[in-house]
Formats: sequence, C-alpha cells, structure tokens
Amino acid sequence: MTIMNGTGENMLKNTIPGSATSSAETEAESREHADDFVARTPPDVMPEGKLVVKDLDFYYGKFHALHSISMSIPEKKVTAFIGPSGCGKSTLLRSFNRIYELYPDQRAEGEVLLDGRNVLDKGEDLNHLRAKVGMVFQKPTPFPMTVYDNIAFGVRLYERLSRSDMDDRVEWALKKAALWEEVRDKLRQIGTQLSGGQQQRLCIARAIAVKPEVLLLDEPASALDPISTLKIEELINELKDDYTIVIVTHNMQQAARVSDYTAFMYLGKLIEFDDTNVIFTKPNRKETEDYITGRYG
Amino acid sequence: MVNLYRRRVFINYFNLTVSVLTTLFGLFWLVWLLWTLLANGLQWIHWDLFTKTTPPPGSDGGLINAIVGSGIMTVLGVAIGAPVGVMAATYLSEFGRASKLAPVVRFVNDILLSAPSIIIGVFVFELIVVNMGHFSGWAGAVALALIVIPVVVRTTEDMLRLVPDTLREAAAALGAPQWKVIVHVVYRAARAGILTGVMLAIARISGETAPLLFTALNNQFWSTDMNQPMANLPYVIFQFAMSPYDDWHHLAWAGALLITFSILLLNILARVVLRERKTSR
Repeated sequence: MTIMNGTGENMLKNTIPGSATSSAETEAESREHADDFVARTPPDVMPEGKLVVKDLDFYYGKFHALHSISMSIPEKKVTAFIGPSGCGKSTLLRSFNRIYELYPDQRAEGEVLLDGRNVLDKGEDLNHLRAKVGMVFQKPTPFPMTVYDNIAFGVRLYERLSRSDMDDRVEWALKKAALWEEVRDKLRQIGTQLSGGQQQRLCIARAIAVKPEVLLLDEPASALDPISTLKIEELINELKDDYTIVIVTHNMQQAARVSDYTAFMYLGKLIEFDDTNVIFTKPNRKETEDYITGRYG
Repeated sequence: MVNLYRRRVFINYFNLTVSVLTTLFGLFWLVWLLWTLLANGLQWIHWDLFTKTTPPPGSDGGLINAIVGSGIMTVLGVAIGAPVGVMAATYLSEFGRASKLAPVVRFVNDILLSAPSIIIGVFVFELIVVNMGHFSGWAGAVALALIVIPVVVRTTEDMLRLVPDTLREAAAALGAPQWKVIVHVVYRAARAGILTGVMLAIARISGETAPLLFTALNNQFWSTDMNQPMANLPYVIFQFAMSPYDDWHHLAWAGALLITFSILLLNILARVVLRERKTSR
C-alpha cells in the first residue's frame, strides 16, 4: 500500500487489485494474492499493468455509459468483468481496441494506456492497435470463407508468409485453440459449416493467429453449450501464459473459474476491482456482495 | 369462449379463401399471357431464327441480328451499370451511414428507379445521339446502363445491409482496414444477393423498348459496330407486330416468346442462386 501512496494517484487507489481492502487481516490476505503483481513493479512507481485505464468516460450519443473508470489490468493474467446487463462491461472492453469507432456516434474520453501509450490518442493507428489487441465476440463470427482462409485472413494483413509457413501458422493457431483435431480434414470447408462451439474456437484461433498481446473476450461462451463452454474455459487457462486476457461474462461461476482478477461494474461505474478470490469470498463493497450473492442483477 | 373460437375459425377461413382467390386472379393473367405466347409463338420457333437476319416483307428470315444486338447492348449496359451501382451501394451502406449525402443519394436513386424508361431514352438521345449525329449501339448501351444503375444500387444496398455488423466488427478487430473488410468479408457474405440483383437488372433491361427507340433504333442488317444503329429484339417485335405482313407477325411472336422465356429463366436462376445462399448459411 505504501507503493500506492507514494504515487499520489489517488484515483487509482481503489482500483488496483489488492489495494482496496481495509482491515489488517484482509489486507494481508489480499496482498498475498497480489504479491506477484506488485513484486514486478519497481519501488516508488505506480504498479502499471499491461492496460491502464484512467478516468475513462464513454458516450453513446448523449447517453453517458461509463463514468470515470480507472483501473490497471495486469499482464499475462485473466481479468474478468462482471455485472448486470447494461452495466458497461462490454462497452469498457470495446474501448480497449476502439472497435466502437465503427459507429459514428460513440466516443470515449480519458486514457487507455497500452504499455504506457494512450490508445485513445487521435493519431493512434487503429489497424495496428487492433492487430495488437485481439477480440472475440459473443456470437461466433466466422467469415464466409474456408476454415484455412478464416485464419490466414488476419495473418495476411500484417505478415507475408510462404505457403508452408502459413500452413504452419494455421495449424499452430488451431492447435492453440484446441480445434486442430476436429478440423484438420476440414480446412477447405466453409467456416460457417462448423458447429457453434467449433465456430467460436475458430474465432479464437483467428484472433490468436495474428499474435496479439492482449485478448479481449466479450462473453465468448454465452451462446454455447456446456461442453463447448468448458473447452473455451480450458483454452483461456492455457492462453494466459502468453496473453493478457480480459473477459466479459454474465456467468459468475465462469469468472470465478477462469480469472485471476475480477472487476465488478454497476450502472457504468467500476464498483470494485480485486483478486478474484477476494471478490467472491470477501468483497469490500456491499454492492458487490449483493450481486455475487444474487440479490440483484 | 366457444363463440369467440368459432368466430376466429370463420375469419381464418374467410381470409384464407380471399387470399387464395386473389392469388389465382393474379396468376390467371400471367398464365394466360404465357399460354398465348406459346400458342402463337412456338410454331414459329425454328433454326432460321438463329441463322438469318431480319427479312424484308415477303421473304425468309430470322432474328439473329436482333438477338445479337440485344445481347451486346445488354451485356455492355450491365458491364457499365453494375459496377457503378455496386460502388454506389457500397458508399450508401458502408461509408455514408452518418453522412447527410447518403439519404439524398438514396432518394434520388429511388426516383431514378421509378422513372419512365422513355425519359431515359430521350435523355440519352439528347446527350449522345444528337452529339454523334446518328443512332448507335453505344447510345443504346448507355441508356440501358442508366436503367441498370438504380436497380443494382437498391438491391446491392439491401443485401449489404443484411450482412450483420458483427461480421464487420470481427474483421475490423483483426486490424483489417475498412476496404479489406468490405472487399474480402462483406462482399463475400453478400455475393449471392448482389449477383441476384444484377441478374434481375439484366432481366429488366432485356425487355426495355422505349430507351432503345431513341438510342440504338434498329438495323435491318447484320452489324456489330457499336457506332452504328443496332438491331434489338424489343424494337423488332414492336416494328414487326405493327406491320401488315403475316411473316413479320410470325417473327414478332417468336421474338416475344424468346424474350419472355429468357427473362423467366433468368428470374428463376436468380431465385435458385438466392436459395442456395440461404441453405449454405
């Protein structure tokens, strides 16, 4: 906590994992969880995550959807956003790769720092940003082309690979997404002909194939059956060794199962952000407790 | 309760009967038309149609110059009109969503879509025929292109809008620039629909008479020179049907049969393509 105070960045105080606890007992406990996170940070410097959000406001036209969100998302960990429908968790996720720019009346104000660079800057190259920050959506969105081309499409945008290198990359991505065994003989089939669960893993493979640094998952399993959901959750566990993963989910059990840190959002505000164990066992805010015990949402 | 149910059953049967009758009423005229065409035209369909040019009254002949002329001008009309139409529709659906220009373009396009085709004929007459000094195949092709454009704009825009935004988001989220998203993903997803629109446009222009009357006019002889007046089926049918000669009447019937059934075939083809797209989804 002394590290925190030294920075004078009070606005981040309650939004760094492990920093929001008050009693001595819980502080010690949460510090234990957050140790690996804080330990990598040089003294007297604010612990900086892979993604640092500062005072982010988001508007859909005149509707103010996010209110001054500040948080720091640690590298190579899984961070989950939970909260009731319409609380802004998807909106927050969508501001990380600025996908909202596709729609003219949506805008974000504040800062989203990726490795210290503000991606909300006017001069930011959106295509390069999105190549670094991959995204998987709620509904599977295979492109109307072959399984192979679905994956090669993104790779071809930024790399010129030989035929055999591309073959290797496609195989690598499909293996990473635990789909290779199922589609190795179907690479020339149209992607839309796969089952729903396979389509979603194809989308994950497609996102991984371009080798992003951050992977944003927007309710990736909500349209899938339990078995496909399980496969995706296993996948997330494997991927976190290489990627910083942020997942939006409606399913609290899922958040508890897959994430290291959990942020609870409500009505466009970040209520609490902490170690997942803390959020689900000893949340500091009453709103969080009410939500995870099912009292509203 | 029982009364309410009976009433509902009665209304159901009543509406069903009326719908079936009105459908039959509509179909009746279509079937009659096709039947008349077959009854009068089929006997005059023979090999000479496709080998000989339009004859002077009283001698043997066919329609080959008109068939080929129609073919050339239709293909050129589509070749000019379809790309323009697809690009305009791309602007409306992909780039102009927030702009104030797009609704204006869409409105003007709708006016063009329902403009009487003779107006387009007169317009091209003034623009090209007067400047060239004579009727020509080029003028005919341009007039047909002007009819193709609004049809293609409308159908293509509708088809592009059917492509879910989530697909555009997914492609953009990989870091694809907008033009690649459109060319590689959106067009591909809407391909069958765009093709259907183009086919419907072909069907539409292959029967147009008025715009050709003022532009390509007609040619009694074999000619594929686009700078000269060009024969075409609709005009030949018009001319031969109005004539007092029996052998010209026969050719007109044969031509009308040819043109109607080619359009029917094209429409069926367009529907089959569209259906295949739906099942492959």
